[in-house]
Amino acid sequence: MKKDTTQFSPKHLLYIKKVKRENIFIFSMRFIILALLLGLWELFATLNIIDSFITSSPSKIVLTIKDLWVENNLFYHMLITLYETVLGFLIAVGVGFVVALILWWSERLRRILEPYIVVLNSLPKIALGPIIIVWCGSGSKAIIFMAILIGVIVAIMTMLNGFLSTDKNKILLLKSMGATKFQTLTKLVIPGSFPTLISMLKISVGLAWVGSIMGEYLVSRAGLGYLIVYGGQVFKLDLVMAATVVLCALATLMYAFVALLERLLIKEIKK
Amino acid sequence: MKKLLELKNVSLTYYTVSDEIKAVENLSFDCLDGEFTSIIGPSGCGKTTILSLIAGLIKATEGEIFINGNSTPSHDNLAYMLQKDQLFPWRTIEKNVYLPLEIKKSINEQTKEFANNLLEKYGLSEFKKKYPSQLSGGMRQRAALIRTLVSNPSLLLLDEPFSALDSQTRLSVCDDVYKIIKHEQKTAVLVTHDISEAISMSDKIIVLTDRPAKVKCIFRPTIEGATPLKKREDKEFSIWFEKIWKELH
Repeated sequence: MKKDTTQFSPKHLLYIKKVKRENIFIFSMRFIILALLLGLWELFATLNIIDSFITSSPSKIVLTIKDLWVENNLFYHMLITLYETVLGFLIAVGVGFVVALILWWSERLRRILEPYIVVLNSLPKIALGPIIIVWCGSGSKAIIFMAILIGVIVAIMTMLNGFLSTDKNKILLLKSMGATKFQTLTKLVIPGSFPTLISMLKISVGLAWVGSIMGEYLVSRAGLGYLIVYGGQVFKLDLVMAATVVLCALATLMYAFVALLERLLIKEIKK
Repeated sequence: MKKLLELKNVSLTYYTVSDEIKAVENLSFDCLDGEFTSIIGPSGCGKTTILSLIAGLIKATEGEIFINGNSTPSHDNLAYMLQKDQLFPWRTIEKNVYLPLEIKKSINEQTKEFANNLLEKYGLSEFKKKYPSQLSGGMRQRAALIRTLVSNPSLLLLDEPFSALDSQTRLSVCDDVYKIIKHEQKTAVLVTHDISEAISMSDKIIVLTDRPAKVKCIFRPTIEGATPLKKREDKEFSIWFEKIWKELH
């Protein structure tokens, strides 16, 4: 709802101006920091103050990305990594949600499985690398498996905590109406855990990237993680930096997508 | 007048690993149809437990509870109102009020109309499509009361429903709830630790002992006044207050 600004008092207009000016300042500072960083990096590299063989430089990164795009099919590598990450994310989130539901449902099962979850949570999943390779081979399957493994435990624990923190009094209220456990679940526990679901999705996006890149470090013939590891091995820091920049962009995009989904869902619910 | 609620020698014992706790012992009282009863007692004496027993949420170790002469608890003829309004923030007021109907699978045009009539009668129909967060504390409490009324129960159980409100709102909501309950001719059992609240609202006040809860004494305050607020202004109010206060200390 936009109000007619002509009705605002002069002091109010002044205040609005101040807020706007502050916002512009914040945005320009962000941009300036980026420009300064890139500019100094480039300058020091051309003046040979820093060794661009080790540090690379913004112009070299741009060139490398262009070369990669034309010669090495960068798009294909992006697609592979994106595919592994998204699939790992979706499966981890889906399994996490369902397992959390089951654990919410049965307190007995929750108590039985508690030590297993604690151990799985504290275990560095990367240690399972060799096992995963033997079991799943050295392809996308192993990488997706790694992404799931890293994400799923956190997804379960976050979601379960959300379910369990449902207001006891609201549960009591439903019980006094004669609600079944299933009704309590569908009418109260799941809709009430919507904020938890959103934060779980946000955490899981990050973890899915960790999993897929880690998986690619272990086993892969393609993907951004592969490019980074390969670049490191043959000492082509331009390649490492270029792949990292592309990775940054993709990860940010995916996070932004989840954030957009959050806003759309909240609007849908408010309807 | 017939007895709507009757507790006969009800006892409840529960166990922890280290202890056996008698929460309620040999408790007997009854409420007549249309009567407003308050249960008051020292904190931790098991007042809420008694409501849970009546609602059938916990089973008594011994004794029997009759509602309308029926000893098996039925969720259809009673409704519970808890501390705070407990409205679901993701549902509109209308949808919140429909909740008991959905749970009892009795939602249809007829029951919806009944619910909407209640909303209309008690001045909430214009807030029907609003969310609880958009309403004042008093309005929300009224919506919570209407939610208990939609399934047309004969007995209302109120568990300190005003304790979360600030003192100003509390007085007016108290008045509001009283009028609605009387107007709908419901029998109500209110659990409270507030003596003035009990005196101003009740036909009958049951004072409980420390745990295990037993009936210590029963008062029937006879104060002139049509509403709780009016009753609070009466001279006799403070006399009753003193009487009950002495029993509690």
